[in-house]
Amino acid sequence: MNPKSQRLIILFFFLTLLGLSTFLVLKSLEDNIVYFYSPTDINEKILSNEIDLSKRIRIGGLVKENSILKEGKKISFKIHDGIDEILVIYNGILPDLFREEQGIVALGKIENKNFSAIEILAKHDENYMPKEVSDMLKKNGKWKGKLN
Amino acid sequence: MINYLANPNRFLNFIKPIEFSIGVFSFLFIFIGLYLSLINSPEDYQQGDTVRIMYIHVPFAWFASFLYFSISIASIFFLIWKHPFADIIARSIAPLGLIFSILTILTGSLWGKPMWGTWWVWDARLTSMLILCIFYFAYIGISNAFPRKIDGSKPAAILAIVGMVNLPIIKFSVDWWNTLHQPASIIRFDGPSINQEMLLPLIIMLLGFLFMSIFIILINIKTNLIYKKYQSEILKLG
Repeated sequence: MNPKSQRLIILFFFLTLLGLSTFLVLKSLEDNIVYFYSPTDINEKILSNEIDLSKRIRIGGLVKENSILKEGKKISFKIHDGIDEILVIYNGILPDLFREEQGIVALGKIENKNFSAIEILAKHDENYMPKEVSDMLKKNGKWKGKLN
Repeated sequence: MINYLANPNRFLNFIKPIEFSIGVFSFLFIFIGLYLSLINSPEDYQQGDTVRIMYIHVPFAWFASFLYFSISIASIFFLIWKHPFADIIARSIAPLGLIFSILTILTGSLWGKPMWGTWWVWDARLTSMLILCIFYFAYIGISNAFPRKIDGSKPAAILAIVGMVNLPIIKFSVDWWNTLHQPASIIRFDGPSINQEMLLPLIIMLLGFLFMSIFIILINIKTNLIYKKYQSEILKLG
């Protein structure tokens, strides 16, 4: 075997091992890499006691329609992921994009099955369109679907 | 073709007539692209004018990743076929890639503050982009760490290949894990989720960045070739 193909084979093995080890590391760190849990994840984790209730966590989901309640500075609303939902209580400034059916990520702790948040971030989705297009989609009742 | 151009002198002769037009193309595309994206494109229904940051953020991010990929491929050529010109090409790409990766993070954070409500979060997409930036720093550091530059070529090439595993992580981080960063809008199975009026300026900007990158890298390659010649002349003089 000439040295060139020898080096090629060594490199190939090296890359395979590197890819495999990266995959294993990422797989085992999955819980630390996810930025937030969905309400469904949270309820599953509470049931199986996988969650440390004294630690701060992040949850994310869509703000449920007609669930926003404001009492002075205190605000409460539900977030859902289509399956499960959880009540969030928050006392602070909301991001501009905060509205019904908007994706948000909240940082805080679970208290009495509710989520008491200390920070709320808005999550922007992958859809980009001018206002006229979104108005038209809403008018035609085609909103929520993918735009063309 | 590759074999033919692998010789520095033939390569220089080859690029001499096209170099200028590449520069003109990059200027034209970026000029038109900036006009379209800053002035003649619609506001986003949610983001308003803030969406305009996307027209430079996305090209920065794509080319930061793509240039790193090019460095790794050149490094593989250098390690296996021991061709010194592949090393020169890899070295010439690195500074531009580093600048792109830094600007990706800066423009992203300028967008993140008004939209998300924060400059920075440690989610998978943002963190993997920061890691790419660190790999660029490490590559440039190692490849210039020795008094004789050529001694740094091999360890730097190995580092570049190791960093290649980060590229699929950047691309798919938004699909594999929950992230604050939005999922892909352009390269996705069911077609782009970005309106055509906004896609066009972005594509023109991407073309402009392609020509600009080639133009700057060609200048770097020429500089590095001249420097190498100069060093060998000095060695001859003793």
